Amino acid sequence: MKRQLYANLRRKIVFITLAVAFIPLISLSVIIYYQFAQVFRNKIEEQIEYRARAQGNAIELFLKERTAILLAMADTYTFDYLAGEDNLGKVFQIMNHRVGGFIDLGLIDSSGRHVAYVGPYNLLGLNYYSQPWFGEVESKGVYASDVFTGYRRTPHFIVAVRRQESNRSWILRATIDSDVFESLVRAAQVGKTGDAFIINREGIYQTHLRFDGEILSKSNLNPIIFGEGTTVLEKVNREGRKVLYAGRWLKKNNWLLVISQDASEEMTKLFKTKRMEIIIVVSGCLLIILTTIFTTRLTVSHLEMADRKMNELNAQLVHADKLAALGKMAAGVAHEINNPLAVIAEKTGWMEDLLTEEEFKKSQNFEEYKKSLRKIEEHVERARKVTHGMLGFARRMEPHLEDVDINEILNETVTFLESYARTNNIAIEKELETDLPIIASDHAQLQQVFLNLITNAIDEIGKDGLVYVSSSRINSDIAVSVRDNGQGIPKEYQARVFEPFFTTKPGGKGTGLGLSITHNIVQNMGGTITLESEKGKGTTFTVRLPIVVPEKK
Amino acid sequence: MDEFSVLLVDDEKEFLETLIKRLRKRKLKVTGVTSGEDALRILKETPPDVVVLDVRMEGMDGIQTLREIKKVSPLVEVIMLTGHANLEVAVEGMEVGAFDYLMKPMDIDELLYKLQDAYKRKTIQEQKIKYLEEEKKIPSPLLGEG
Repeated sequence: MKRQLYANLRRKIVFITLAVAFIPLISLSVIIYYQFAQVFRNKIEEQIEYRARAQGNAIELFLKERTAILLAMADTYTFDYLAGEDNLGKVFQIMNHRVGGFIDLGLIDSSGRHVAYVGPYNLLGLNYYSQPWFGEVESKGVYASDVFTGYRRTPHFIVAVRRQESNRSWILRATIDSDVFESLVRAAQVGKTGDAFIINREGIYQTHLRFDGEILSKSNLNPIIFGEGTTVLEKVNREGRKVLYAGRWLKKNNWLLVISQDASEEMTKLFKTKRMEIIIVVSGCLLIILTTIFTTRLTVSHLEMADRKMNELNAQLVHADKLAALGKMAAGVAHEINNPLAVIAEKTGWMEDLLTEEEFKKSQNFEEYKKSLRKIEEHVERARKVTHGMLGFARRMEPHLEDVDINEILNETVTFLESYARTNNIAIEKELETDLPIIASDHAQLQQVFLNLITNAIDEIGKDGLVYVSSSRINSDIAVSVRDNGQGIPKEYQARVFEPFFTTKPGGKGTGLGLSITHNIVQNMGGTITLESEKGKGTTFTVRLPIVVPEKK
Repeated sequence: MDEFSVLLVDDEKEFLETLIKRLRKRKLKVTGVTSGEDALRILKETPPDVVVLDVRMEGMDGIQTLREIKKVSPLVEVIMLTGHANLEVAVEGMEVGAFDYLMKPMDIDELLYKLQDAYKRKTIQEQKIKYLEEEKKIPSPLLGEG
């Protein structure tokens, strides 16, 4: 029942402490982690976005440069001049020298016929009229195409410009070197898994991919999901990994430069942080749990101990109350019995007086009468001892403090008992330490204590002997010893002599209350009483009283 | 030993009467009363030599009676009777001027010894006083001349 109560208390304290400790700790670490992850992620996104934008700018510039030099050539030279193979070759040389990155250069008239060509392929004389880009150039004047295979059967893309020369128009067309272009695009790729490529509006790959996916094949990325300018988004790819994509529109929104990056690869550092944080939090929690359990156990066990002590104290108080009540009752009974006893004693005495007269002496039963009267007296004496013991026991339990000189009390008590001792031929010797301090104690109760001890000593001796009373100061105590040279108390009784109603005196001579009262009084004063006894040599009772300095009045 | 008079004061009648008989048998002049008030009355009419006084009585208790007795006639010796070894009362009684005290029920011989001792002290005291008074009565020769 009680155990259950403490277990409950312990559980409650542990639970509350842990809740109070864990809730802020865990929520704080989670919040910090997410904030950190957010910042980290933003940074990664910013980086990839920045790369996409920067590389996009580079590509735009590349294309613009190529277009610009083509335009410049077309503006500078006439159709007739360029139609000359040597001249076209010269121009091609200049262009490659200036900006580079061209594969070939061709001159096409308005009917789509390839008039002049410089380059590795045999394309002279072919007609481009039906090619899609031809129409675009015709209408727009300047055009950079998507990647297509064309007559040469390899994926490539071209830049073409139309020139209006007096009454005829013609087209100067150059093929961009795919290797140069793709290396430019690839410069944007990072890490072990990152990729950089270009798709057109329909999602067709315009460059080679780093891993899988062929040029001119359809990408599974839908370019529509990328917004204007530069956009970053996250998608889960076929293998279930999170991939970050940054897209930047190029070439008047016809091409999309895409930089892909495995999010988890970039996040590795974050995961490390996460792992570290989890380790710290978990070990912190463990530490808190252990400490909480330990301190709670300690606290509750202290509490339990204090409770137990309290209970013991209460039990003692109840016991003391009982004793006090018992004492009061005993006192009442003793007084009521003592008066009739006195009457009986007197009547018996009177009868004995009368027996001394002549007429009774002649009686046959004179001896019987005398013996019976003696017996009555003996038993009155026995009853008297009981009532006196009970009255002593009834004396108030709480000490009443006054200035007390121990030696003075001892002198008084010894004087009081001297005649009683002398009738039994017992001497009382005193050895009292002079200038013992005056202490705050109860004069009457101390008298009772010494009276009991010295009377006991006298009774213990019986006849012919010595009682030795001494007082001394030992550290912060005053010690009073009462020694007799009687028979001594057997070992088996020594522990029990302070119990109430325990007596070794034969035939009801003692009440068994004297030492019990003495013990109670001394204990209530905060002192101790001990005995030493050796069979045949005598007994020494020693009372030790703490020196309590009286308050200054 | 001269015959001397004793006054017993105890509210327990049976006890008182028996004790009176026993003491009279031992050739003492004994009277008995059952209260402190009566004792004081007797004291004024026929002052006894020794008073035996019970501490526990209805009405005026032993200590009060003792104080009154000592006020009226300080030379009367008083022996206290108590129910048990109550040193507080005994010591208080001694301080007020009791000769001694005894515990009830007591031994008749012990009481007799105490009574005789008390009477002895009383006579010595009286003689001392008488002597002092006589000395005062004799006029000093030096004073006579002067």
